[in-house]
Amino acid sequence: MPETVNGVVFGILALASIGGAVAMLTSSNVIHAAFWLLEVMLAIAGLFLLLSAEFLALVQVLVYAGAVSVLMLFVIMLTLRRREDAVRTLDASLGAAVLALLFGAIVYVGVAASSFTLGPMPDEVPDIEALGTLLFSLDGGWVFPFELASLVLLVALVGAVWWSKEGDR
Amino acid sequence: MQVGLEVFLGLAAVLFSLGLYGAISKRSAVMVLMSLELMAVSVNINLVAFSRFLTPEVMTGQFFAIFTMVVSAAEIGLGLALVLAIYRQSRSIELAGLNRLKG
Repeated sequence: MPETVNGVVFGILALASIGGAVAMLTSSNVIHAAFWLLEVMLAIAGLFLLLSAEFLALVQVLVYAGAVSVLMLFVIMLTLRRREDAVRTLDASLGAAVLALLFGAIVYVGVAASSFTLGPMPDEVPDIEALGTLLFSLDGGWVFPFELASLVLLVALVGAVWWSKEGDR
Repeated sequence: MQVGLEVFLGLAAVLFSLGLYGAISKRSAVMVLMSLELMAVSVNINLVAFSRFLTPEVMTGQFFAIFTMVVSAAEIGLGLALVLAIYRQSRSIELAGLNRLKG
């Protein structure tokens, strides 16, 4: 892909994700904020495509844009008693802004002082088939962490059902 | 325009800072969870960018990002279940109202 196309696509996606995040934090309606979060997740899936991580882009759309956003909307709508409850006052906090700015400044200083080999993007990149082979290969692969991750998901699923069920315990 | 590793790191830092601001300043539990998701996903950008620029053959960062997604999906499921349980107890998800353990 030519460098200029890369730069323009990155600019659009960066603007979409940062603008969506700002809109999420400044929107007074919680439901609008959930939809802005969905837009941020889609823009970040585009960034993963730009980084040649097709599988992660797909998982990002499926998990974050699909499942998490719908779950958020369900919980928002289950915990609202009236339609007017969705509109909130803007929770602005000077201390939080100072802390976030401080964090950003520390990261900036760290990146600026680091000695990464900041070269151009490497041209050759393995495809999605290589990722799958590496994920499920026994020697030197990631199959054991993968199975452990499925166990984590199972425990979280049972825990979520247990916590949210009706009745006294 | 050359898109290097540092612009991805900068974008991720900006998104993480915005998420940090939201997680601290918001008073609704659901908004705090949304900000946490923003922070988790900005970490994933860092991991994938490092994987693409520094180790493109072994894709270690991409695998790390997959496991980060697993943990954050589990976290958001449990967090939202917790929000529902809190709502059932006190009919409100305002964090300022959760002071029953205060001495």
